[in-house]
Amino acid sequence: MPKRTDIKKILIIGSGPIIIGQACEFDYSGTQACKALREEGFKVILANSNPATIMTDPQTADRTYIEPLTVEMLEKIIRKERPDALLPTLGGQTGLNLSIQLADKGILKKYGVQMIGADRKAIKKAEDRKLFKAAMQKIGLDLPKSGLAYNMREARIIAKRIGYPVIIRPSFTLGGSGGGTAYNAEDFDIYAQRGLESSMISEILVEESIIGWKEFELEVMRDKKDNVVIICSIENFDPMGVHTGDSITVAPAQTLTDREYQLMRDAAIACIREIGVDTGGSNIQFAVNPDNGRMVVIEMNPRVSRSSALASKATGFPIAKIAAKLAVGYTLDEIPNDITKGTPASFEPVIDYCVVKIPRFAFEKFPAADSTLTIQMKSVGEVMAIGRTFKEALQKGIRGLEIKRWGLEGIEYKDKQELEGELRRPNEKRLFYLCQALKEEYSIEKLYELTKIDRWFLQNLKEIVEFEEKITPDNLLEAKQMGFSDRQLARILGSDEDKVRATRIKQGIEPVYKLVDTCAAEFQAPTPYYYSTYETPFKRNGKIETENETRNDAKPKIVILGGGPNRIGQGIEFDYCCCHAAYALKEMGFETIMVNSNPETVSTDYDTSDKLYFEPLTKEDVLNIIDKEKPEGVIVQLGGQTPLNLALPLEKAGAKIIGTSPDAIDRAEDRKRFNQLVDKLGLTQPAGGTAVTVKEALAVAHKIGYPVLVRPSYVLGGRAMEIVYDDKALEYYMQHAVWVSDARPVLVDKFIEDAIEVDVDMVADGETFVIGGILEHIEEAGVHSGDAAMALPPHTLPQEILEKIRKYTHELARELHVVGLMNVQYAVRGDTVYILEVNPRASRTVPFVSKAIGVPLAKLAAKVMAGAKLKDLGFTEEVIPKHIAVKESVLPFVKFPGIDITLGPEMRSTGEVMGIDMDFNKAFAKSQLGAYQNLPLAGTVFLSVKDSDKKPALAEVAAKLEELGFKIISTVGTAAFLEKNKVYARTIQRVNQSKPNLLDLIRENKVQLIINTASGKIPRRDEVRIRSAAVSSGVPTVTTLPGAQACIKGIEALIKHKLDVKPLQKYYV
Amino acid sequence: MKAILLLEDGTVFQGKGFGRQGEAFGEVVFNTSITGYQEIITDPSYKGQIVAMTYPLIGNYGVNDEDVESARPWLEGLVVKELSAVRSNWRSTMDLGEYLKINNIVGIQGIDTRALTRHIRLQGAMQAVLSTGEQDEKKLLEKLKAAPRLAGADLVKEVSCRAPYEWIENPKKARFKVVALDCGIKFNILRHLAAAGCKVKIVPAYTGAEEILKSKPDGVLLSNGPGDPAAVTYVVETARQLIGKVPIFGICLGHQMLGLALGGKTYKLKFGHHGANHPVKDLKTGKVAITSQNHGFCVDIKSIPNKNTVMTHLNLYDNTAEGLENKRLKLFSVQYHPEAGPGPHDAGYLFNKFTQLMEKHA
Repeated sequence: MPKRTDIKKILIIGSGPIIIGQACEFDYSGTQACKALREEGFKVILANSNPATIMTDPQTADRTYIEPLTVEMLEKIIRKERPDALLPTLGGQTGLNLSIQLADKGILKKYGVQMIGADRKAIKKAEDRKLFKAAMQKIGLDLPKSGLAYNMREARIIAKRIGYPVIIRPSFTLGGSGGGTAYNAEDFDIYAQRGLESSMISEILVEESIIGWKEFELEVMRDKKDNVVIICSIENFDPMGVHTGDSITVAPAQTLTDREYQLMRDAAIACIREIGVDTGGSNIQFAVNPDNGRMVVIEMNPRVSRSSALASKATGFPIAKIAAKLAVGYTLDEIPNDITKGTPASFEPVIDYCVVKIPRFAFEKFPAADSTLTIQMKSVGEVMAIGRTFKEALQKGIRGLEIKRWGLEGIEYKDKQELEGELRRPNEKRLFYLCQALKEEYSIEKLYELTKIDRWFLQNLKEIVEFEEKITPDNLLEAKQMGFSDRQLARILGSDEDKVRATRIKQGIEPVYKLVDTCAAEFQAPTPYYYSTYETPFKRNGKIETENETRNDAKPKIVILGGGPNRIGQGIEFDYCCCHAAYALKEMGFETIMVNSNPETVSTDYDTSDKLYFEPLTKEDVLNIIDKEKPEGVIVQLGGQTPLNLALPLEKAGAKIIGTSPDAIDRAEDRKRFNQLVDKLGLTQPAGGTAVTVKEALAVAHKIGYPVLVRPSYVLGGRAMEIVYDDKALEYYMQHAVWVSDARPVLVDKFIEDAIEVDVDMVADGETFVIGGILEHIEEAGVHSGDAAMALPPHTLPQEILEKIRKYTHELARELHVVGLMNVQYAVRGDTVYILEVNPRASRTVPFVSKAIGVPLAKLAAKVMAGAKLKDLGFTEEVIPKHIAVKESVLPFVKFPGIDITLGPEMRSTGEVMGIDMDFNKAFAKSQLGAYQNLPLAGTVFLSVKDSDKKPALAEVAAKLEELGFKIISTVGTAAFLEKNKVYARTIQRVNQSKPNLLDLIRENKVQLIINTASGKIPRRDEVRIRSAAVSSGVPTVTTLPGAQACIKGIEALIKHKLDVKPLQKYYV
Repeated sequence: MKAILLLEDGTVFQGKGFGRQGEAFGEVVFNTSITGYQEIITDPSYKGQIVAMTYPLIGNYGVNDEDVESARPWLEGLVVKELSAVRSNWRSTMDLGEYLKINNIVGIQGIDTRALTRHIRLQGAMQAVLSTGEQDEKKLLEKLKAAPRLAGADLVKEVSCRAPYEWIENPKKARFKVVALDCGIKFNILRHLAAAGCKVKIVPAYTGAEEILKSKPDGVLLSNGPGDPAAVTYVVETARQLIGKVPIFGICLGHQMLGLALGGKTYKLKFGHHGANHPVKDLKTGKVAITSQNHGFCVDIKSIPNKNTVMTHLNLYDNTAEGLENKRLKLFSVQYHPEAGPGPHDAGYLFNKFTQLMEKHA
């Protein structure tokens, strides 16, 4: 059946900002869908608030709306564009929920838009617990015992009937937010309450606990002729009880017999048919009782999901692309398999390797958060590794995580109680506790009893641990086949990495690269998607050989190193840059070679670059590739800190790093050399010094005066960065800075209070230096640039300051001979421009700036690195747009209940949105809507600030609020200040005193906005409680005064003007 | 235990042995199924073959008493990348290695099975010796040259039952009497026939048409089996005599027998179809079934002179014929395995098609 001709224009809704549970996998799926549909001649209208995506590049869709993802804004887009169809299944849960809302509100009907892929009925059937249960019962599938509750009374009755432990799952949420496992009535009340609150329809499922059962997932695709295929089976290493996003998962399933697997397959097919997903992909999760094989259905996602991205990368089958083609009428047998070219997509991929995915967490950013892994997802990224055995893939995955572990290793522990406790409690380090326990000769049975992790997995871990004992220089091949890294071998053999590498190469032990080909070598596959493994040599035509499948073209090659697993501080922005490099260098005629280990990304799509190596980003793995490919150059400055850290070691090993030299990078990163640079150029930086001991730190602080900014040298994402106001706090910081050493001293700098921070992105070719954008932070200096809101062009800074900033930036770039990108951070107070940091590499803001000004900076950077000149590329002057773009960050506080949400120097945001419009107020309002801050148009505002914020600016904010018709409530001190400034505020008790206090008002939705600036470093407990309650109740909360000022402007814009939508493409003309 | 896999073109893989100590000769083929090694091992169609599993981790769930396709393993040897040292499944009763040892099957692990697969894909299926005893390449090559070859060999007589027996699961519901000509029949065919309401009498492959018809069956099933269909002339002759007299359903080798009996030709595929993921299109409905496959030969349907014989199914991988039907002659057959075991259940409807055919012609 050929494609439909009755539809021409298709709307795709993206997934918005990156949040826990919804990351760049939806950039991968959305981008594939846009490309696939345009390839077929459809006009694609895209709505997505996230500027850091490839999807929102103006070239990806015909019309790109970087607008807040709300029903109101989407209706405006629909009214303007009049699409014929809406494809709801490729933008994650956000896209799906919004599509449902558009249907529910009659908007789709009003404008004659039909849903393709899955309709409202199917989506509801899959998402609504009650309907889903009925549907599964109808087709005879088993489910855990359960009941639905809409209030606490009902919930308690059901829990009693099932018996503890029970699982609480709220309906219609993201990434399982608000869920939990309750072992007793007390816990139950807490989880049930939270669940009811976080559900969009105040509904929770109370369910029989099947904790400890084996967990499986199947990725299913269906076409309109009802052909159904399974793309991939996945088995979770962590048994039921841990969210699949937080589990180590393995593809394909390892411990199912064919009989059991086929029953699961039948169930999955029956499920997608009964739910009625007409075309496209779905993910279906199952649990199996390990003692008797009882199989139950857990849930179904009627859309492309995180697991689909993993399945696509694990098998080579492009689920999102095919889903898009099926949605417009093709059938699976009409679409060719991209990998083999010669066979159709109507088949089930088979693989001849093992894939392991390991999640990456960020608990170090949220020390107060509970690190126990539960059914609510907490991880921020993931790494995927491919090996010929589970052992090899697992160890590759561990070293790809970049958590300073080079494979399966033991871990220190206090006593047996702690060890067994940590084995029993699912947590991010459990793998290492398992290894430790195996070293202490815990039996498989004992470990199974403690963890319920399948014995097959435990046995494999045991084999690794046992082999480690036997490693000698004579069995290195076997060690490499088990996935041991050179670094591990060096530790085991008491050698160093370079020596181990030299020894094994001398013995002829080098990796071979095998193809991910969807068919286990049954057919020839031209698509160059590779992974490394160590194979046993064999004899052919009288010669001993190992078989390497990489092909060699005559083109000059450039290797682009990606960013590895997402983490806070290093995410999709860098993947965006790497993709652009691949596009740019392809245009220049190079063969582009991508190396990355992150399955969620566009960069690991097999068609982004000419060759894809799915490998960990370690020195060893990258050097192996360079040895084989012998590229003209290696790009390290686009993938974030990960490849940057490899620059010097790779160069030392003989690789040619193109772009800004590793030495220049070091000049900017090394504190001493950076000071010399600043002095040489005569720039101003905050006074400061370094310290290893408490005494030294105090000495520096006393010399420069408090407050001081303290942080470790060589940091990413503001790790352990703090502002300290007194000796006591400084002493505390130094005593707890365990990582400090002579080589890694603490940097103590004067903190410039009440300053405005500025980020500048520049692209340069060594001769021509062009500023991409100057971004003014909205919050005062001290908030990490990754968490701060920013405006481009600057909204308050005067021209002469901007000129100074331009001058300094040019001088720095010239001095460092920047070839490629550079990011500089400044703090401005009065007339003084302080330089804070220089990063001669791509920054987090590159995609935002590129979209704001309509120039693909990363692409230009890649081209100049490869030898092109900006003059020839036609980019020689800074673009200062007439419109204004505001970047706002999105923080994961809702996933970590109870932690303080005050913004500070440690970055904690997971994603960003862009608000773009013709004036600041509207652009800011859009950025807030996009970041799901529901700015109120009327109601009550709680205002309470620290003493230093009690100044005219606050009075202006309050007066404006009054003028706009808001009621203000305040704490005694703030109210008194306001009264002096002739603004009336009702005083209210904070928390502990008589009722009703603020917490009650928040819970009862009687407060619409909270403006609360933190009083000093150690916040008052009651303030934390207020902000935390606000987060869980969804009340927008502003924690800085400049933030509040901007916020009022946004509210004013929303009250006085209607927001309009405009595609990116129109801003550039 | 050292082991060696030596192909007739001189390619040599060295690994570790498991199972029986000794030598095995056969045609080396690869199977791409990820699950189902126990079914594959016990499938009589693999008589005369050394099977290399492309999925590298084999033995993970051990073996059990139920997932067998015949009373014992039939393949000559098993090649895997890594044999699991542990079995993990609630139904499992024995380790795979131990099971092979008890059943005298030779195995090799630790070799680059992907390189082997690619070699076969490029060079075609070839004879090989798998030895966990003798390691001298020259001696093994000589022995290999002297060993019998697959093409032209009648392997059916080795796997067929010696005497008739019955397979009845639910006597009350069994509405059809079916005679299954056992060329190496898989139990799953019998299980499916029983589930579709058949009482099955399994007879040895050499059983003649007259004797089959004597028991007045509602239908005859021509089963799967090993080797070259052209070498099993007596079954082709039996099929020829049965055609038109009774509804016939042929599976795999049975399909090839029917093709030959209808006057068509068969030919050998370069490296055969062995796996559980081949897309087969039903040319009437346009729907695609994911099928279980295990054959090295194929029917050239165009060579069948009877114009009422039509091709019903097509393999979308390589456009080879996967099924034929002749309504007037009350027969149909498929090249793939609707009974699965191992593999997807997509084509199970064919057993109902068979009962409908029998019903119509009752």
